[in-house]
Amino acid sequence: MTETFSGSRGLIIEEGLIFEQDTLGQSGVDLAEPAPVVDRLGGLERKGRIGLPGLSEPTVVRHYTRLSQKNFGIDSVFYPLGSCTMKHNPRLNEKLARLPGLSDIHPFQPQSTVQGALELIDMTAHWLKTLTGMPAIAMSPAAGAHGEFCGLMAIRAAFNDRGEKRTRVLVPESAHGTNPASAAACGFTVDTIPATARGRVDLAALKAKLGPDVAAIMVTNPNTCGLFEDEILEIAEAIHGVGGYFYCDGANYNAIVGRVRVADLGVDVMHINLHKTFSTPHGGGGPGAGPTVLSAALAPYAPLPAVVHDDKGFRLIEHAAESGAKPVGRIKGYHGQFGVFVRALAYMMSMGADGLRQASTDAVLNANYLLAQLGDDLSASFDGPCMHEALFDDRFLKDSGVTTLDFAKALIDEGYHPMTMYFPLVVHGALLMEPTETESKDTLDQFIASVRGLAKRAKAGEADGFKAAPVHTPRRRLDETLAARSPVLRWTPPAVAKAAE
Amino acid sequence: MRYLPLTDADRRTMLDAIGASSVDDLFRDVPVAARRDAPVDLPHHASEMEVERRLTALAQKNLSAGCAPFFIGAGAYRHHVPAAVDALIQRGEFLTSYTPYQAEVSQGTLQYLFEFQTQVALITGMDVANASMYDAATATAEAASMACRVTKRKKIILSGDLHPHYRSVTASTLQFTDLEVEALDPDPIGIEDMLGRIDSQTACVVVQNPSFFGRVNDLRALAAACHDEGALLVVVVAEPVSLGLVTSPGEMGADIVVAEGQSIGNGLNFGGPGLGLFSTKDKYVRQMPGRLIGQTVDSEGRRGWVLTLSTREQHIRREKATSNICTNSGLCALAFTIHLSLLGEEGLRKLARINHANAVILAEKLASVKGVKLLSQTFFNEFAVQLPKPAAEVVEALAAKRILGGVPVSRFYPNYPELADVLLLTATETNSEGDIDALVAALKEVL
Repeated sequence: MTETFSGSRGLIIEEGLIFEQDTLGQSGVDLAEPAPVVDRLGGLERKGRIGLPGLSEPTVVRHYTRLSQKNFGIDSVFYPLGSCTMKHNPRLNEKLARLPGLSDIHPFQPQSTVQGALELIDMTAHWLKTLTGMPAIAMSPAAGAHGEFCGLMAIRAAFNDRGEKRTRVLVPESAHGTNPASAAACGFTVDTIPATARGRVDLAALKAKLGPDVAAIMVTNPNTCGLFEDEILEIAEAIHGVGGYFYCDGANYNAIVGRVRVADLGVDVMHINLHKTFSTPHGGGGPGAGPTVLSAALAPYAPLPAVVHDDKGFRLIEHAAESGAKPVGRIKGYHGQFGVFVRALAYMMSMGADGLRQASTDAVLNANYLLAQLGDDLSASFDGPCMHEALFDDRFLKDSGVTTLDFAKALIDEGYHPMTMYFPLVVHGALLMEPTETESKDTLDQFIASVRGLAKRAKAGEADGFKAAPVHTPRRRLDETLAARSPVLRWTPPAVAKAAE
Repeated sequence: MRYLPLTDADRRTMLDAIGASSVDDLFRDVPVAARRDAPVDLPHHASEMEVERRLTALAQKNLSAGCAPFFIGAGAYRHHVPAAVDALIQRGEFLTSYTPYQAEVSQGTLQYLFEFQTQVALITGMDVANASMYDAATATAEAASMACRVTKRKKIILSGDLHPHYRSVTASTLQFTDLEVEALDPDPIGIEDMLGRIDSQTACVVVQNPSFFGRVNDLRALAAACHDEGALLVVVVAEPVSLGLVTSPGEMGADIVVAEGQSIGNGLNFGGPGLGLFSTKDKYVRQMPGRLIGQTVDSEGRRGWVLTLSTREQHIRREKATSNICTNSGLCALAFTIHLSLLGEEGLRKLARINHANAVILAEKLASVKGVKLLSQTFFNEFAVQLPKPAAEVVEALAAKRILGGVPVSRFYPNYPELADVLLLTATETNSEGDIDALVAALKEVL
């Protein structure tokens, strides 16, 4: 088949930038003429063209529809991106988040006019505290990394309050990059703990690093190898033994909701990613929400605001003086990711205590099924059982000429979003698969068949096909080196772009 | 349970394949003391209809902005969002995808973010923008910290005209670093001496335009003073619709611009999620926080987009990263970029003029009410007035008449008695003449 004249290939349609579809003076919004007034701009009226393109509504709708068709999403494909919990996003959540009484309310309305919103925050907090067994929660963190930051701030404040100067935070080498970055943002230095051959925190190495200057340890549990830290109680005891705090990264909480009482693991503080565990959409990168549960010892340092309830109804505590505690201040505008809370609460109510427990069970079952079915074809990094994700490394590709990246790109042609690649860093050429509980056995079986077929093909010496993948996509492999070497981070009009060359 | 596809028969077959006798077997690494043997003490699963009933009951306890004459702003603005915006952002390929790590199956997200970066750079008058931050408050803290990296200095000055939340988030966020934050007193009428405070130790000055109290400021002299001392000027814009009418921060000499993108394409949602816009000059791009999308070509030479310059970010640099941010506000950025595409040059300019005209009319009518004094000599769509009694009481009295009549400044600054009578009011294109007359009439009754 020869090239098409348009460059499009059936359902895969070439689409230029909005800036290349500009019709001078066009707009997709009808607005009335402004009333004639004497302006109050003090002579600062903006002169000259801003440079925004003019487009009609049909042009805009078609543009974004075409762009959407160039994306994989959970709605269309199996998306086993490890560490990201890409589970089904129920549309009921979206519907309820759009009720005018929840979406069309302002954060600074008199509190008497938003009692339902404050009650909703309180109710979401109640579910999360009850599920984890933790006594307190900070609702304002905007995402997981922000929750880590919130928790570390509380830890830092607690030590400052006691007049203790502690500077070091211990982080296992398998941790997400956000852990050390959040610790650094709180002014801590980071000390890395190695992993054992069993993919867990090396307890002996941890104990060797402990000292009176250690403020906390940050442990992801289940960890990023998809394993439960079976020495978690010993880890907690060790850190508490030197007066430090146990920060649990709750990124992988989906594996244990309703089955494990977090408070009983010795955890002092843990963030929860509502956009992972509680089904709110990832939206192409966000927004998320990272409510952070705290022990009684750290609760006084939680950031503002807080919602409280008394005989007059619900009330926001917005200032330290009225809190009766020692908050670290405010870390986010307004009152948290309210729109995300609505979705998460709708999900929790839908699932209920029984359904949430079943969801974790099925998530773990699905991951163990992948581990069992693919163990002979790929190379499993660690023995099972795993928790919600199955980790493989690239030993099975040895001498095949195929890399983890090539393997992932070939999976795209099979109609799957690839697993997480090259993370965690503790194994070589990692392939981290997180199927979640919202995938059926049929989907998993089809995926397993594709992966087995690809593994066989790789071992048979068909590396060239892998190097060329993906083929059936709007674009083939993109040149990332070029993008970084000569960054083009925005569109510029052709004349300007040419002049700049 | 409707979200769980496995059947009991599936579960048995899968356990057999795994070689486990029961699901409990799979949790054997969990210490016995922390295992839960039964569901938590919370309600059991519920149907769609039941959940909808419960959350609708909560929604009905709120007075939504559309049901009352509404004049609240203070960083979150109510604008009309075209129907196409919400329809498009709910396409599953946008809604249910994640960060575009696999570029070949994420060109949709990557292209709209590249367009978004361009739009943000254009409206703020800067060279380059990132793919979004959580909100303007957190982005302000990031900008201040970036300015310290660029200048290798540690002193940050926050103007008294900055939104009190941006100010407190910046101060809280940086409290455990070695950076110094000096926050000036709230400044409703524009008398602070910023020029006199800048010296050779200053990393940056952070100001808001239009200010928290509404004033539109000419920042050129301030920019020059910053640059004379080797400091950066960070300009924060809480209401980006203003950029359709007011000279952009870039044109006035800003080095970093932060804005709250909520007011374009996104609803109020009780204040969250927001959308942090972040732009700067080309020469500072490698000190920027957040994700960046760059243009490149594929193996067949066709134009495409990828995540780029990620050696600044936490997944590569860990504790040496420019920020710990990972998840951002992608979907809010999509809503912003679609709304701005629909508006276009003409639409944004006209929308801004309508907002300004409505605010001028509101200000003039309020100034004619006995005892009300307009404090903002210049403004865009929001201004401060002095009332003859505490503004918090007035707002409650108006709410009792089902009018949402602005925000008392005392809500943010309870320890400044001189601000107790100051009320902030906003008008947008959503306010009818009838709304304005209703507010004026009610105000006359409650004063």
